[in-house]
Amino acid sequence: MTQLALGTPGFRNRPALRRRRARSAALVGLLIAAVVVAVGVLAWVLVYVAIQGAGALNLGFLTQTPPGNPAAAGGGFFNGIVGSLIIVGIAAAIAIPLGIGAAIYLVEYGRGRLSATIRFFNDVLIGIPTIVTGAFIYAIWVTRFGFSGFAGSLALAIVMLPLVTRTTEEMLRLVPNELREGSLALGATRSQTVMRVCIPTALPGIITGAMLAVARAMGETAPLLLTALGNDLFTEYNPARRMSTLSLQIFDNAVTGFQEGQSRAWAGALTLIAIVLIFTFVARFFGRRVRTSDA
Amino acid sequence: MRNGVMRADMTVEMEPSLTRGHAVWRKAATVRGALTLLVGGSVLAACGSSSTGATTLAPTATPTPVCTGTTTNPGYSNGLATVAGQATTLSGAGSTFVAPMMSVWTKAYATSNSVQVAYSSVGSGAGIAQLQANTVDFGDSDAFMKDSDIAKAKGGPVVQIPLVQAPVVVAYNLPGIASGLKFDGNTLGKIFSGGITMWNDPAIKALNPGITLPSTPIAIAHRSDGSGTTNIFTDFLTQTSPAWVTALGGSTTSVGKTVAWPVGIGGKGNDGVSAIISQTPGGFGYVELDYAIAQHQTYGDVENKAGKFIEPCEQTAANATVGITSYPADLRVDIVNESSNPEAYPITGLTWALVYQNQTKAAVAAGLVNFLSWVLTKGQDLTGSVNYTPLGPTLQALCIAQLKKITVNGTPVSP
Amino acid sequence: MPPPAGVGGGIAASGVRVAPILLKRGRPRIADRIFGTGVSITGGIVLVVIAAMIVFLVLQGLPAMQQYGFFSFITSSRWTPSTAFPNVSHPNPYGILQFIYGTMLTSIIGMIIAVPLAVGAALVITEVAPQRIKGPLSALVDLLAAVPSVVYGFWGIFALIPAIRPVVDFLTTTLGTVPVIGIAFQGPFFGVSYFSAGLVLAIMVLPIIAAVCREVFRSTPRNEKEAALALGATRWEMIRIAVLPRARSGIVGASLLGLGRALGETIAVTMVIGNAVLHINSSIFSQGATMSSVIANEFTEATEPFHLSALFVVGFWLLIVALVVNILARLVARRGVAL
Repeated sequence: MTQLALGTPGFRNRPALRRRRARSAALVGLLIAAVVVAVGVLAWVLVYVAIQGAGALNLGFLTQTPPGNPAAAGGGFFNGIVGSLIIVGIAAAIAIPLGIGAAIYLVEYGRGRLSATIRFFNDVLIGIPTIVTGAFIYAIWVTRFGFSGFAGSLALAIVMLPLVTRTTEEMLRLVPNELREGSLALGATRSQTVMRVCIPTALPGIITGAMLAVARAMGETAPLLLTALGNDLFTEYNPARRMSTLSLQIFDNAVTGFQEGQSRAWAGALTLIAIVLIFTFVARFFGRRVRTSDA
Repeated sequence: MRNGVMRADMTVEMEPSLTRGHAVWRKAATVRGALTLLVGGSVLAACGSSSTGATTLAPTATPTPVCTGTTTNPGYSNGLATVAGQATTLSGAGSTFVAPMMSVWTKAYATSNSVQVAYSSVGSGAGIAQLQANTVDFGDSDAFMKDSDIAKAKGGPVVQIPLVQAPVVVAYNLPGIASGLKFDGNTLGKIFSGGITMWNDPAIKALNPGITLPSTPIAIAHRSDGSGTTNIFTDFLTQTSPAWVTALGGSTTSVGKTVAWPVGIGGKGNDGVSAIISQTPGGFGYVELDYAIAQHQTYGDVENKAGKFIEPCEQTAANATVGITSYPADLRVDIVNESSNPEAYPITGLTWALVYQNQTKAAVAAGLVNFLSWVLTKGQDLTGSVNYTPLGPTLQALCIAQLKKITVNGTPVSP
Repeated sequence: MPPPAGVGGGIAASGVRVAPILLKRGRPRIADRIFGTGVSITGGIVLVVIAAMIVFLVLQGLPAMQQYGFFSFITSSRWTPSTAFPNVSHPNPYGILQFIYGTMLTSIIGMIIAVPLAVGAALVITEVAPQRIKGPLSALVDLLAAVPSVVYGFWGIFALIPAIRPVVDFLTTTLGTVPVIGIAFQGPFFGVSYFSAGLVLAIMVLPIIAAVCREVFRSTPRNEKEAALALGATRWEMIRIAVLPRARSGIVGASLLGLGRALGETIAVTMVIGNAVLHINSSIFSQGATMSSVIANEFTEATEPFHLSALFVVGFWLLIVALVVNILARLVARRGVAL
């Protein structure tokens, strides 16, 4: 390798430098290829679902239930949409207050080993396979009370709880300590400080976390297979009975051999992605107000 | 006697015409046959059945002609009187074999009677399991519950009521080859146990001279879940294929809702299997007829007991019970490959509704009796739209009588 | 209510407004204590849930474990519920070795594909991309995580498998004929396979690994990067010198998190793996089954003796594996970066 001295002409373009620049360009090109693949796959999935689903998606799809003859065209997943909203709604009503409470404990009250253990196992609970959660709820609830939308809500609540706890905890930690100290100095009790100072300050971020958990729950299928069991043809508003969800209906219709059922499933998939994306975008919108650094 | 089930004796003979496919049969035979069935059925209903043992009946007359594509509505009117105080929702689970039919039934029943029956198509095995665990109001299975199954049921004795009949077809995915490839039982047994692996195997060619079979490997599709359809199909293979029995290790392990498939891809439910066949070149599997028709799949003709290769359709499935002279009292009858009728499709099965005999909730009991009575009468007229076969009049009457066994807290629901 | 002397009096007299709650005594303390207790209880719920899960899975799996022995499940690869009569105890008809194999194989295939892609994507987002597209790009990668798994399974059957068929056919005819390693690449390829499931898993865990790696890379001290650039490093060299060495344990932690998700994924895998439960198939292009897929498929229909109990045993082992991997992930990632 010829060593050129600084200042000699051609230094800026010496072979060694050219080689290093070429290698850098090539490797950075590989990295960019990685991102292109990742984004490309996402585009492939979304576009494919959109194309397949757009054909069957119309106002009737969102307001009707499936036809009796599975090979017949038309109909929709109204019962699945209603079921998803009810089951996830109940799960959220259980998980969000409990999750916020647990986060408050971890941030404001917890000290030492116990809260570290709780935080650790909370993160581990996020990683537990949802089918195991479904089997657990089957063992303790369904065998006693039968299949129901409420059993599905219990399973989904276990899925949502650690997510809400984690994000709420992070948001509460972002609240400046000065605010807490000021409130306490003015004589407020700890609970008053939390409820009237910390929570309102962290609220946008807490909403973000709740929305992300809801988005995750809406997409879940596995635990519902063993708890809510599904109700493919009829709209059921009572969570004490079997209910369908959008995810369950998509699954049932996707694996069926009937092409009409499959096109309904594509339309359902498009609807589900749209709902989940809406929740995710709303979550990000709230989160952007809290975020202090760039993406 | 096998598995505590009485096998039927067939004595009817007929002279069939040999034109196959959508052939035209003698119309006179149609009308005569249909009238005889109706007359025979109504005589039977008037007489009622004996209360002890099996009922012995006069053999029903000439079977209906083959595969015309038209459907005949039996128009049964012997339903039970509506029981008051029924629940507005019922929960059932089970067989995928009956799922399209059940779907049509529950939708129509909700429109006409305002009761929503939620049925999950999860497989016969799951239907039995959920009934045993008492998490559903009724189950449905194409393999009736054995005594050992009933012993494990939490709610006590189980009433098993056949609802409808349908053929299990062997569907294949061979572009360019039409429906109607001929198979006999032993060849099917060899194919499904992995003994024959290519479509252009000499054994298949021998049955189908004149058809050019491709040199594609056979991609077997079978059920991965506990399936009554598997039970029907493996029952047929066990009866007709020594190769199958040997490969599966004996006749106790070669039939059942689950068997140890030596080859093939597992699919969940009839829909899973039919989806695999559609998506795999060279795919070959067993599915209920409606699934194959709805997927526009090609399926084969199977050799029956009389030695004829029969196309599966509503009529040939109906012929599978022609000539059955007696049914057991608990209606646990095996009709697979039973009929010597030359126009019977051999791989035809029944599907049973599974209901606890001693119900504990009056509303649920009333709802179940009303629903099943409707299915056995008005429901039988809806079978044609999804390519199922209504029950014959003799069996249908026995089924209605079976409903009367259901009690709630000691008293019969419909006396 | 008259302000107590010494506090309200002075402040009230000076015209400063005092929040009424500060002037109360006694009641807030009780409310505070109740609040504190309530919040502590909710904090403990997580522990209760995990403990309850383990206990119930063991309890439900106990009959089968007592019948066949605890370790016989993971030493046998024969899963034939139809031969499981109560008087037969050996060999265990509920051997789950092939499910463990299926879970591991699909997850490993997924990781081999996902980790380089995710690390590359995260590097691009943090180091290479211009400021204006960092945000949208990052959001796009996160969107991959928002797609429900049932949609991935559905898309996998109809879009992915037909698309990879020519590639796999090529591989089976080339790699499949090589001696020794060819066994792992043999056809015939029927679409549903370990490999297809591995691909779908790769797409599903990519956003998780990328998100964590993004945080890891973002926490690289700026002055180290600037120092490398100041000394004349090219962009890649800067990444190699300043960013990657620090991030090693973070990347491992992120990968373990992704692995934890891959191990537990049920629905998408069930739809594309083929559900062949009888034994281990040697080729990655053949069908198989995973622990989660067998539970999802057979749970509602387990009627043979000890079948349901054996499925709970599968669930128990799945939980143990998921717990171990996730615990490892947290431990490793914690040392690398504050999550």
